Amino acid sequence: MSNKVIYAIYNDDDILMDAVKQTRAAHHHIEEVFTPFPVHGLDKAMGLAPTRLAICSFIYGCIGISFATWMMNFIMIQDWPQDIGGKPSFSYIENMPAFVPIMFEMTVFFAAHLMVITFYMRSKLWPFKQAENPDVRTTDDHFLMEVAVNNNEEELVSFFTNTGAIEVKVIEKH
Amino acid sequence: MYTFSSKLKTFSFILMALGLLGIGYGFLTAPKDIQEVEKILAADSHGGHVEVKHEVSSESVAAHAVVADHKEVDLAVEGTEATTALEGHNEVAAATETHVAVVDNHNEVNEAAEHEEHLTHVLHQMQNKPWAALYVACIFFLLISMGVLAFYAIQQVASAGWSPVLFRVMQGITAYLPWGSVIFFVFLILCGLHFNHLFIWLDPEVVAHDKLIATKTGYLNFPFWIARAAIFLIGWNLYRYYSAKNCLAQDESNDDSFYKKNFNISAGFLVFFIVTESIMSWDWIMSIDPHWFSTLFGWYVFASFFVSGITMIAMVTLYLKSKGYLEHVNTSHIHDLAKFMFGFSVFWTYLWFSQFMLIWYANIPEEITYFITRIELYNLPFFGAVVMNFVFPILILVNTDFKRITWILVMAGVVILAGHYIDFFNMIMPGTVGDSWFIGISEIASVLFFMGLFIYVVFTALAKSPLLPKRNPYIEESKHFHY
Repeated sequence: MSNKVIYAIYNDDDILMDAVKQTRAAHHHIEEVFTPFPVHGLDKAMGLAPTRLAICSFIYGCIGISFATWMMNFIMIQDWPQDIGGKPSFSYIENMPAFVPIMFEMTVFFAAHLMVITFYMRSKLWPFKQAENPDVRTTDDHFLMEVAVNNNEEELVSFFTNTGAIEVKVIEKH
Repeated sequence: MYTFSSKLKTFSFILMALGLLGIGYGFLTAPKDIQEVEKILAADSHGGHVEVKHEVSSESVAAHAVVADHKEVDLAVEGTEATTALEGHNEVAAATETHVAVVDNHNEVNEAAEHEEHLTHVLHQMQNKPWAALYVACIFFLLISMGVLAFYAIQQVASAGWSPVLFRVMQGITAYLPWGSVIFFVFLILCGLHFNHLFIWLDPEVVAHDKLIATKTGYLNFPFWIARAAIFLIGWNLYRYYSAKNCLAQDESNDDSFYKKNFNISAGFLVFFIVTESIMSWDWIMSIDPHWFSTLFGWYVFASFFVSGITMIAMVTLYLKSKGYLEHVNTSHIHDLAKFMFGFSVFWTYLWFSQFMLIWYANIPEEITYFITRIELYNLPFFGAVVMNFVFPILILVNTDFKRITWILVMAGVVILAGHYIDFFNMIMPGTVGDSWFIGISEIASVLFFMGLFIYVVFTALAKSPLLPKRNPYIEESKHFHY
């Protein structure tokens, strides 16, 4: 019985946002919302904890700039010093302006790639993974809210019909 | 409706009065002849090193520094950065001392003439100093209001939905533009009448002995220069006037025709602005060093005053909010302004570094002198500006929550505005006062005077019209703007 869930399907993101707020106000537990595109402010409306991805991104950026510093020092100063444009090549700090673009690019590279990988891992996504969308229309133009049912099926169905859902289904989830 | 509180009004008058006193003091105490300069230099030089530094011209100090640097590298001394710097310093001193000794031994007569020439040179620098201090503050506040005007025009053209609740604040700040323009234009005319020597190419005596400037006289001559300034200032002021007028008329209108008119003139203004802004930066700032040129200078100046303008919008908005006005401005608006402050600080750094790195790498004598002068003689303000305009804002404003906290924003804003004042100081002072620079009474008083005038004009203008453009077609979206 506890595996029963309701699928309330909407065809407009504004109606969905209002429905999410009403559902939260009525203290029904929203399991998940499936949308074809990112709906602005939906995470706050659902009451999800703020993302910590930004902190990860900052740390990855720091790793990137450190790596670039080490790398340029190894390549251009220690391993194979070269005379480029008459610049003395035995000191990292004196050549530093030339390495700033590389340090910048490495920071961006590390932050961007590691952040995407982190995001995929946290979202449990990987290549060739089967889609988890309960309804294929959520990849096109419909929005689906999944809500847990606790012996209040009737009440919930009428509640969601009133929130503007175009379709309300009760599903036995496995 | 906002009412200009008498407290703030008194404060602005005090600033102006203090500023005028300090400016007057700066002009009165500027040395009149080379005897006075000699006394000042003698009083300044307690140690032998300072005297040596004054004996030789700044260029030869720079040249010796480069030589000393090379020696350092050849020796490839391992050690901490501090010791290397210190040793480099000693080498410069040693090298310059030898140089002076050589001059002493070989050519005493020549030295006396050289000494007098040097004193005259320093005299001109010291006489320029109060003028240059006034000029930096004057152009800085003028360009802040220009930065706000450009930001406002971009909001109009982009049909931005978030910002209409801030339009009246922006219009209030740009109300300083006519005042700033008039004072600035009078200043330029005084330069043309040889009251000062900020622009050496205005002096026919200098041009006659300078081939490089002589070839530029087709562009750098007083009539053409002042005509360009007049066209730019009139063009900007016309846009400001009509745009503010249409915005007020839109409040009482029955349709969106005034809004559409504003859209059109804003688009036209932005085209006019981006061309005139570049030329303005060459005319009013880059031509102070008439031998030197940089192709991205216009962008660099733009970035500096654009971020200052946005910071000023944030500061005025926070002030009005703290007094209980602007009830429709919520934390999301403040957050967006803070994001712009952060973003354009990085943009400024990008241009600062782009200009620096290319010139540093190419190391061509006619270009590199610009940075040699600044690094040798203006080391603290030159690198201090980077810390204040880049390191500090990026560290403090990178945090999302900090962008909504008033006191942090005010602190960051004050540092950014001070940092960009120093940036303009770095652009203008080396070419006008050389190594006789100092942030003293003249500089601070000039800033105080223009700040007082700015506060007075801006808040008087804010009190004249309602703070909400109530019939702007995007006003509902703006009121409910939520990030």
